[in-house]
Amino acid sequence: MNLIDADKLTDLAATLAAAGYRVVAPVRDEDAVRLKVWSPGAVIETATIPVNSAKEFLFPPSEVIGRYALDGRDFTPQEVRADPPRTVLLAVRPCDVAGLAVLDAVFNPGRASLPGLDRWDYRDAFYNARRAATTVVALACATADAECFCTSVGGAPDSTCGADAVLQSADGGRRFVLSPVTAKGAAILKAAGATLAEGEARLDPPASVPERFDAAAVTEWLGANPPDRQAGFESPLWQEWGLACLGCGACTHVCPTCHCFDLQDEATRREAVRLRNWDSCAMALFTAHAGGHNPRPTQIERWRQRVMHKFRYFPERFGLLACTGCGRCGRLCPAAVSMGEACREIAEAAKAAKTGAK
Amino acid sequence: MTDNIYQPMVMRVTAERPEAPEVRTLHLEFLEESDRVRFFAAYRVGMFGLWGVPGAGESAFSIASPPTRSAYVECTFRRTGRVTAALADREVGQTLTLRGPYGQPFPLETWRGRSLVFVAGGIGLPPLRSVLWNVLDWRDEFAEVTVVYGARTAADLLYKDELAQWAERRDMRLVTTVDPGGETPDWTGRVGLVPTVLEDLAPAGAGAVALVCGPPIMIKFTLPVLTKLGFAPGDIYTTLENRMKCGLGHCGRCNVGSKYVCRDGPVFSLEQLQTMQTADL
Repeated sequence: MNLIDADKLTDLAATLAAAGYRVVAPVRDEDAVRLKVWSPGAVIETATIPVNSAKEFLFPPSEVIGRYALDGRDFTPQEVRADPPRTVLLAVRPCDVAGLAVLDAVFNPGRASLPGLDRWDYRDAFYNARRAATTVVALACATADAECFCTSVGGAPDSTCGADAVLQSADGGRRFVLSPVTAKGAAILKAAGATLAEGEARLDPPASVPERFDAAAVTEWLGANPPDRQAGFESPLWQEWGLACLGCGACTHVCPTCHCFDLQDEATRREAVRLRNWDSCAMALFTAHAGGHNPRPTQIERWRQRVMHKFRYFPERFGLLACTGCGRCGRLCPAAVSMGEACREIAEAAKAAKTGAK
Repeated sequence: MTDNIYQPMVMRVTAERPEAPEVRTLHLEFLEESDRVRFFAAYRVGMFGLWGVPGAGESAFSIASPPTRSAYVECTFRRTGRVTAALADREVGQTLTLRGPYGQPFPLETWRGRSLVFVAGGIGLPPLRSVLWNVLDWRDEFAEVTVVYGARTAADLLYKDELAQWAERRDMRLVTTVDPGGETPDWTGRVGLVPTVLEDLAPAGAGAVALVCGPPIMIKFTLPVLTKLGFAPGDIYTTLENRMKCGLGHCGRCNVGSKYVCRDGPVFSLEQLQTMQTADL
């Protein structure tokens, strides 16, 4: 077993940074714990689930995807190169790692084999270059909170799925066991060198995350299966959640799977850049047509879209749920609208509908 | 970088034409011959492009010229925002950017031998104009060709020279109409709403194909008329106009249920629409 004392994770970050990695880790940031690029002095904290997800280090909030030299009314396209730094996501949660599978399905097609995906032939060079340069070291959760619901959406607090290496808490939280899963992960252990010690330790039990709802029942209620296509679509529950929603978009920004974006140009006299910026289905202008029509005129339709997309549309299209049960949306929402709680209520409504029908 | 899917082609404006108030057609030629070859290898009527001016941005709308005229590309658009204003301000000799062609086309090649009915309203004509010219270029392949085109006023009709040409042709039938009050003293077309004029004209629906494009309210009232005339749901086509950014199935903006208008559309048959989450249209 490769062991590292719990208070030495910061040393591991320093060693990996010295070996040339950009290290992304959960660090204390004033009154919160956030995933950030580690810099000397930053202290890694693993007990609290970070506010943000790991997605922003593969799919940044804003990035240049086009560049043009301007000369009066003439322009010349410039090359934009995807040239990401070698990165390690250190001590990210299994729910974060699960989110990468969703981003992969969208930006790196060719993995899924569902009917209709034959048209999914556009690979995003920027995302995939970052993905290839990234090593994922997952931290098996020894702690969870009331918003966590990974076990309801096919995940587990100690899942190693998608990780290159895994950190597991041992000896009552005094140390971690670092185990490689892939060759990329093995390279991290090699780079860690003397920060790790060979030895034996007793693994701590994973966090307990009770199953809060039956995801298949949620998908069914949302109308994935005919003849009930409209079953959940017209439910009064959407009004309850939609009226509470402020439309701030915080849930989508911290979500490990939300990937909707906008393209916007910015220009000076000499240069124009085309930016890809995170966008959100919670925003009023997201679907507004140039002619004035808006297919989703209020937060009610927008919130419904967010749930439908994660639990029905995305599974229909890509064969996997677009929710990993991380609970970040519910923790951050200023109006206390929670995806986990909404799904629990939907599953109950589904159950009630079935019982009532009998 | 050739693997950047956002890298556009550069097009030169070689002619421009005002069509109606705030509506303009740009006639574009490719700067690179390899772009032209690649574009026309993929382009079929109904597909769309992302038209851009660096510094202003990109906007998604239809390709108004047919693949049978493979020396150039035309687009017709209304000036409504920052991007379309920048496009409208491009002058002959200047350049702009184009990505595409994207999306699924009208299945034109499966319509050989059948009669076609085009129903368009206002700015809805450009995507159907490319189909019509493609059909006229292959005229022998199809039976009767009927076009019903309406606009609010006579001034709002697009392609006025071509309307005159089409009206002269004996191998097709064109009926133009304007909303009541939209006629000029010398107006010789009909006065009335498109669905009413279509019902009055009553083209035979059995075995024929209908293509409908225009404002949502026009489409809404045209579909029942077509059904009444005997067109099968699988033979009525329209193109959706959802807001788009990437055109690649990535940005998540144009979704209607699990369909992406940019990849699965923009062309859909009524039969397809009936299985979709149309509350989100």
